[in-house]
Amino acid sequence: MTSLPPPDVRRDARRRRRRAVDVWLRRLGAGAVVFALGLAGLMLTAIIVASLPALTQTTVRVDFEIDPTLVSATDPAAGDFRAIVARGAAALFPDAPPAEASAAQRILTPAATRILRQEVLRNPDLIGRRLALAVPAAGPYDQLARDHVDRQAPETRRQLDDADIARFDRLTADGRVARSLNFGLLFNGDSRFPEVAGLAGAITGSAMALAICLAICLPIGIATAILMVEFAPRNRLTVVIEANVNNLAAVPPILYGLLGLAVFITCFGLPRSSPLVAGMVLALMTLPTVVIATSLALRRVPMAIREAGFAVGASRYQVVLHHVLPLALPGILTGAIAAISQALGEAAPLLLIGMNAFVTSVPHGVTEAATTLPTQILLWSESPQPGFVARAAAAILVLLASLVALNGIAVLLRHRAERRR
Amino acid sequence: MPGSLILSTLLFAAAAFFLGRAAARPFGTGARSRPVYHGALLALWVALPGLAVTVAWALAQPALLDRLLLAGLPAGSVDAIGTGGRALVLAQIHALAEGRALPHLDAVIVEAGARLSRWREIGRLALFATVAATLLVSFLVARTRITPRLHARAAVERALTVGLVVCASVALLTTVALLVALLRETVEFFRLVPPAEFLFGTNWDPQVAFRSDQIAGTGAFGAASVFAGTLLVAAIAMAVAVPLGLLIAIHLVEYARPGTRAWAKPALEILAGVPTVAYFFAALLAVAPAIQHAGRALGLVVSPNSALAVGLVTGIMILPLVSSLADDALRAVPQDLRQASLAVGATRAETVLHVLLPAAMPGILGGVLLALSRAVGETMIVLMAAGLVATISLDPLGTTTTVTVQIATLLAVDAPFDDPRTLAAYALGLTLFVVTFGLNLLALRLVRRASRTDAS
Repeated sequence: MTSLPPPDVRRDARRRRRRAVDVWLRRLGAGAVVFALGLAGLMLTAIIVASLPALTQTTVRVDFEIDPTLVSATDPAAGDFRAIVARGAAALFPDAPPAEASAAQRILTPAATRILRQEVLRNPDLIGRRLALAVPAAGPYDQLARDHVDRQAPETRRQLDDADIARFDRLTADGRVARSLNFGLLFNGDSRFPEVAGLAGAITGSAMALAICLAICLPIGIATAILMVEFAPRNRLTVVIEANVNNLAAVPPILYGLLGLAVFITCFGLPRSSPLVAGMVLALMTLPTVVIATSLALRRVPMAIREAGFAVGASRYQVVLHHVLPLALPGILTGAIAAISQALGEAAPLLLIGMNAFVTSVPHGVTEAATTLPTQILLWSESPQPGFVARAAAAILVLLASLVALNGIAVLLRHRAERRR
Repeated sequence: MPGSLILSTLLFAAAAFFLGRAAARPFGTGARSRPVYHGALLALWVALPGLAVTVAWALAQPALLDRLLLAGLPAGSVDAIGTGGRALVLAQIHALAEGRALPHLDAVIVEAGARLSRWREIGRLALFATVAATLLVSFLVARTRITPRLHARAAVERALTVGLVVCASVALLTTVALLVALLRETVEFFRLVPPAEFLFGTNWDPQVAFRSDQIAGTGAFGAASVFAGTLLVAAIAMAVAVPLGLLIAIHLVEYARPGTRAWAKPALEILAGVPTVAYFFAALLAVAPAIQHAGRALGLVVSPNSALAVGLVTGIMILPLVSSLADDALRAVPQDLRQASLAVGATRAETVLHVLLPAAMPGILGGVLLALSRAVGETMIVLMAAGLVATISLDPLGTTTTVTVQIATLLAVDAPFDDPRTLAAYALGLTLFVVTFGLNLLALRLVRRASRTDAS
C-alpha cells in the first residue's frame, strides 16, 4: 500500500506548475514580439532585396552620327531620329550583314529614339557631330547582363537565342556595356518599357495631391476642433459632430473613393485621374484624424490659461487665437503628421477615381492626368515583366523614405513649437 | 480666369487690411477696437462681395449662355431631335468655341460656335468689370464706416464664428454625401436586382449581366459568396492578430523590462504607419510564394493567391492596432487590483489571466472590433486575389474574393454610371458601410465604457 506524498511535496509540485505557467506566458509573449517584428523585418528585407535590380541599369554606349541630312538645324524637332538610332545600332557590329541590323537595334531600349531626340533638342549644336550616348539596354538584355538568363536552357525556352547572346557578349568584350546608377527611376515618367520607366510623374502627382489635401484638411479640421472644444459647450450640435467625426475616422478608405467618384467626378464634373480630385478625396479621408488630434491637443491646454485670459478682459477669440492655439500647436502637428502618413500611403480610394491610369507625362497642373506613388506601385507590381517588379519594390522604398522625411520635418517643427512654450 | 480673379480679389483684400489698419491707428485709445480689427473688417467687407460675385457668375454663365444659344438657333432645327439631340448640338457648339475643328457641321451650328466664343469673351470682360466695380464700391463704402465708434472686433468675431460653423459642417456634409451617394445608387441597383437576391444569392458573376441579350439581375449579382470570402479573410486575419496582439500587449505591460518596452513600442507604432501597399507587395512577393512552397512540401495544393496568405498579411497589418489598444486597456486597469492580486500570492501569470484580462475585457473587445472593421474594409492587401470568380468556399488554401476587391474591380472599367456593375459596386459599398459602422459603434461604446470605469 502506497502512501500519499507528504503535503509539502505536493505543494512544491503545485508551485512548480504555477511557476511554469508564468515562465511560459513570459516566453510566449517575448516570442510574439520577436515574431511580429521579425516578420515585419523579413518583409522589409524582401522588399529591399527585390528592389536591388532597379537601383542600377545596364547601359550600352552607342555612337550616334547626327546626320544634318536627317536632322536639319532649322527644325530639329522634325528630324528622323529613328534612322539615326538604326544606323548607330548597326555601327555597333560593323562586320555583320545588314540583315542583322534590326537584331542589333533590339539590344537597345525601344525608347532610344525618344532619348536621342530629347538630347539633340536640348543641345542643337550636336547636329552634324558624333554623339556617344549610354543608352539603357532592353529588358531581356538587362536580365542577361545580370546573369539572370540560363544560357544552358534550350533556345526555345528563353527570350534570347544564341546569336543574340553572342552579339551581347561581343559588346561586353568591346567595353560598351556598363552598369550605372538608375537615376531615371526618379527623373523619368512612366513607360511601357521597364528600363526607362520612372517615378517622376507619380512623385509629382503625390506631391500635388498631398499639398491640396493638407490645404483643405488642416484649416477645416482645426476650425472644426476649435468650434467643438472652445465654443460650443456640449450642446446637441457638438455631440453630433463629435460622434460623426469618430465614425468617419473608421469608415473604410475605399468608401471615400466611391464618394469622390459619385460627387466630385460624376456630379461636379471634375476630371478623372487628376491630383485635384485625389487631394480632395484624401482631404475628406484625413479630416477626422486632424479633428481628433486637434481637439485632444486643445483639451490638454490647462483651463487656467483661458481663465487668465478672460480675467484680463480678452474675448474668447483672443484667448483661443493668442494663447490656447499656440500651446496646442505641438499636438496639432502630431495630427498633421498622422494625416500626411495616411494621405501619402493610401491607394484604395485613388483606384476608384482613376489614379491608376497609365500616364507617361509628368503632370504640370492639378487637373492633368497623373498617378500617385501608391497607385504606381500597384500598377508596376501587377505587371508581368520582371523589370517592373523590381521598380515597384524601389518605389516602395521611395514612398517609405518620403514618409520618414516628412515625419522627420514634422517632428522637428513640433520640437521647435514645444521649446517655444 | 475665375482663379486669377479670386487671387486678385484676395490681394485687394490684403491691401484693404493694411489700409484699414493704418486708418484706425490715429484713433488711439479712444477706439472701441484695436486697429488690427478695423483692418480685418475692411478686408472682409471687400473680399466677401468680390468672391460672391465671381462664384455666382462662374456658376450661372454656362447655363445662361446655353439657353441663349438654343434660343438663337432657327426654330425647328433643334426641337425635332429631342433632348438628347439638344445635348449633342450643344456639345458640338462648345467644341467649336474651344477651337476644335469638327467636320460635317451645319452652317447654323458653326455660326453658333463663333457666337458662343464671342459671348464668352464678352462675359469674361463683363465679369472682370463687375468684380472690379464691386471691389471698389465695397471698399469705398466700408472705408467711410471705419470710425473710432465702430465695434470692429465684434463684427470680425461674428464673421469668424460663421466661418467655424461652415468648416465644422464639412464633416457632417461628408457623411450625408456618403450616405446619399451610396443609398441613391443602391436603390437604383435594387430596382434591377431584388435585395434578397443580392444579400442571399450565391451566384456572383457581374460580367455576364453586361451582355445585351441578357436581362440584368437574373442571378448574377448574388453577393453572399463575396460576403463569405470577406468573412474568411477577416477570420484568418483575426486568428493571427488577436492572440499575437494580446500576447504582445501582456508582455510589454507586465513582463518586459522598461528598456525593451522603450524600443518595442515605437517599433510597433512604426509598423502601424507602414502604407498598406507595402504589405500588399510583400504579400505578393514573399508571403504567398512561401505559403505555396510550404503547402507543396506537405503535399497540399495551394493557390498562389490563397485566402490564407491574404488573411495572414492582413492579420500582420492590424496586429499593431490590436496590441496598442490592448496595451492601453491593460494599463488602464487600476494598480490596486494588480497589487492586491500579487499580495495574496498569485503569480504574474495568474494576475494577468484571472484579474487583469477580465478587468480590461471591454477595452480589449473594443480594440478587437475596431481591428475587425479595419480587416473587413482593407482593400490593398486583398487586391492580390482580385479578378477571381466568387464561390462559397471556406477552404483557406483556395482563392477568394472580398467586398472591397469587387468594388475596386467593378469600378476599374470606365462603365457608364447607370451600368448595373457600377450600381452593384455602390450596393457593396453600402453593405460595407453598414457593417463597419455597426462594428465601430459597438467598439467605441466598449472602449468608452472601459475608460469610464478607469476614471471612477
